[in-house]
Amino acid sequence: MSETQVIGKTPQKAEEHPMAKILRMDRIPHIWCSTCGIGTALTSFATALEKVNIPLDHICVVSGIGCSGRIAGYVKLDSFHSTHGRALPFATGLKLGNPKLKVVVISGDGDIAGIGGNHLIHSARRNMDLVVLCINNFVYAMTGGQTAATTPLTAITSTSPYGNYERPFNLPHLAASCGAVYVARWTCLHVRRLAKSIEEAINKKGFSFIEIIAPCSTIYARRNRLGDGLDLMKFYHDNAIIKHGADTRELDIGYQDKIIVGKFVDIERPTFLDSLNAWNKKVLGEKFREYGGPND
Amino acid sequence: MTEIRISGFGGQGVIRMGYIIGKAASIYDNKFATLTQSFGPEARGSSCSAQVVVSEDQVLYPYITIPNILVAMSQEGYSRFESNLSEDGMLLIDEDLVKPNPPRGRIKIYSIPSARISEELGNKIIANIVMFGFFTVITGLITEEAARKAVANSVPQRLMDLNLKAFERGYKYGKEFLAKQEKSVNV
Amino acid sequence: MKANPKNVLTGAHYLDGDHACSEGALAAGCNFVAGYPITPSTEVVERMTERFPTIGGIFIQMEDELASMAAVVGAAWSGAKAMTVTSGPGFSLMMENIGLAAMMEAPCVIINVQRGGPSTGLPTLPGQADMMQVRWGSHGDYEIIALSPNSPQECFEFTIKAFNLSEKYRVPTFVMSDECVGHMTEKVIIPPADQIELEPRRYTTLSPAEYLPFKPEKDLVPQIIKAGDGYKIHITGLTHDEKGYPVMNWQTQEKLVRRLVDKIRLNQDKIVEFEEENTGDAEVILLSYGISSRVAIPAIQKARKEGIKVGVLRLIVVWPFPEKRIYQLAKKIKAFVVPEMNYGQIVLEVERSAKGQAEVYLVPHGGGWVHDPEDIYKAIKEAVR
Repeated sequence: MSETQVIGKTPQKAEEHPMAKILRMDRIPHIWCSTCGIGTALTSFATALEKVNIPLDHICVVSGIGCSGRIAGYVKLDSFHSTHGRALPFATGLKLGNPKLKVVVISGDGDIAGIGGNHLIHSARRNMDLVVLCINNFVYAMTGGQTAATTPLTAITSTSPYGNYERPFNLPHLAASCGAVYVARWTCLHVRRLAKSIEEAINKKGFSFIEIIAPCSTIYARRNRLGDGLDLMKFYHDNAIIKHGADTRELDIGYQDKIIVGKFVDIERPTFLDSLNAWNKKVLGEKFREYGGPND
Repeated sequence: MTEIRISGFGGQGVIRMGYIIGKAASIYDNKFATLTQSFGPEARGSSCSAQVVVSEDQVLYPYITIPNILVAMSQEGYSRFESNLSEDGMLLIDEDLVKPNPPRGRIKIYSIPSARISEELGNKIIANIVMFGFFTVITGLITEEAARKAVANSVPQRLMDLNLKAFERGYKYGKEFLAKQEKSVNV
Repeated sequence: MKANPKNVLTGAHYLDGDHACSEGALAAGCNFVAGYPITPSTEVVERMTERFPTIGGIFIQMEDELASMAAVVGAAWSGAKAMTVTSGPGFSLMMENIGLAAMMEAPCVIINVQRGGPSTGLPTLPGQADMMQVRWGSHGDYEIIALSPNSPQECFEFTIKAFNLSEKYRVPTFVMSDECVGHMTEKVIIPPADQIELEPRRYTTLSPAEYLPFKPEKDLVPQIIKAGDGYKIHITGLTHDEKGYPVMNWQTQEKLVRRLVDKIRLNQDKIVEFEEENTGDAEVILLSYGISSRVAIPAIQKARKEGIKVGVLRLIVVWPFPEKRIYQLAKKIKAFVVPEMNYGQIVLEVERSAKGQAEVYLVPHGGGWVHDPEDIYKAIKEAVR
């Protein structure tokens, strides 16, 4: 990414980086490999933040552990890097502690759908008012490329050296069937559409889930001999099919197969807090006292 | 120090009766009272029991050891716990639901048709309060005033009258029971 | 800072220990509880669900205890006074995120109504076998504070104390109750709100430009902010510098972890709390905590009647451990007698603190019931023989 050069070259008075409002420039350079898709996802998130109508002070980022989990450390927002798999419950507490906050969970597939899978299904079921950006690179990348709950069948990983035989999750279908009100999938090639989708998700109330298919050329692609970063982008270009409103049952990702992307679900349903407040108001009437946050 | 066990089956208000005894003694009579109860599957199923220790001083050991009073509201509650009752203890039973053996040692048996009385009052869930009224008179462990306050402050507002009525019936039955006993002794 | 009258159920109540914990939490201003049902602790959250809607507070039943503890840390960082409640297996599941709370210095309270273990053990019967787990259960080096009540009245009071200590030292603080105390019903006096002193959260007065989230004050505890206040902080479970940024080297580790440990160790004289009785001329001291300290009293009374000089050291705060006082006393007495419902946990700390100056006798109990006072009496006799 280019910000490395900007900082390095002229320490005294650099021209401001276009993403400086969103990024902690004092933490750059970042840890991601070149051609990694996580930076692209972060750029799309930053682009979306410029457009949403929520003050940046009220937007928080929570992540778990893994390559994608490091995003929390680079965004200039109140940001929390929690434990492996627990970004969603941490975010749930953060949101309920102060309902005025907009909380965005950004983490990887291993974190959100593997170790944290139980929290994913329950957060969706409750329609917790959270945005989840799940960056899926098909492996546990930070630990060296082990099989994940998302690894396509037959793909080679460090723990399936002869090819993966475990059926992976279809994440949009999982999120949708558990009750998410906004579900989309994009690849790191679709930066503008992804940014637009993130913007919609942030503006939406309820549990929004966006799967971001991201290249991992250092580990996943190398082990499967899929070429370098550019090859992976070319693969997305040739194989991603935009199909808004597609039946989520048909969104499985096969090894080096077509990837259906688009916005699949966009519905309305009361959030956890809406339901809690409405029901208690109905049952307790005047006696009900709505929790308004820490200054309440 | 007095140790009390109340036994019966689930839904009879056994634990609630223990709670009311403890509340009357500790909150309104200013004594010390510690209530413990059976938990787990047995507490939700057929039989259950509540234990209260009432004392003038702070209760240190929270469980009962050899109870002075056993209130049995079911046959099973009686057969399970009778052998543990102190030899000079008091045994309070629902006379329709418990058929006791001849008493052991100096144990005295006091019986009341608490379930039948509660049915007469139109609601069998208050048998425990009838029993509590009876208990108040028979044991003399708590004052009448404390007992009434404990009932009034332990039941939902809408059921208060009914519960107080149940208490009165049990209380009256107890008074009559004692009077009858005295008479028979005098004869 | 005084308690808010709307939260305080002033008066005399007949409550079980679990419900008394709930009232203590409410009096302390708790407004967020995340939990998962587990016997014998569930009554605490049941009462919170009944009371929160008319007071203003949020309860969420999470999908498991990992989630409950993670949610508590999150809520603490958005400014809530957060608590979770559990027992046995649930406590084990919370361990990783208890470490997160320690690392993120999130003020929060965890109530553990101990039951018999290991594994599923005795869900409906008491134990005191999590006393080392509470101290050392999460990986890595850190310190915590733990209190142990022996009556419903103390469940109320110690829960308030726990909230206050967690705010003051920004550390997860534990109320180590047990099934016997949790399920025992007794009179609980709840004082008026203006008699309940609360420790305010240590919010910073510095501007976002000046503020460093992990720069300690004199007592080694940093000032805090809450999410949404515009400070744009980064908080991580990774080893971090004063700015909160991850730094992977031994120097940063040394500085951070040393402080996490020292903020409790160097303040321990202010945190440690115990009751001491007749230790002046004691030959033997009965040292205990929680329910065991209560059932020991009849044994002490009996021994004293026989002329044995028995002193009492009863721990209110179990962690940090009152090692200095125990050493002082060890030099003057013959022995400590330590009844606890496990096969030797706190007794090890007593041995360590006594440094060989006094004998130390454990009166173990595997849990499932409380000690027979007679067994404690026999141990006292043995200790003075």
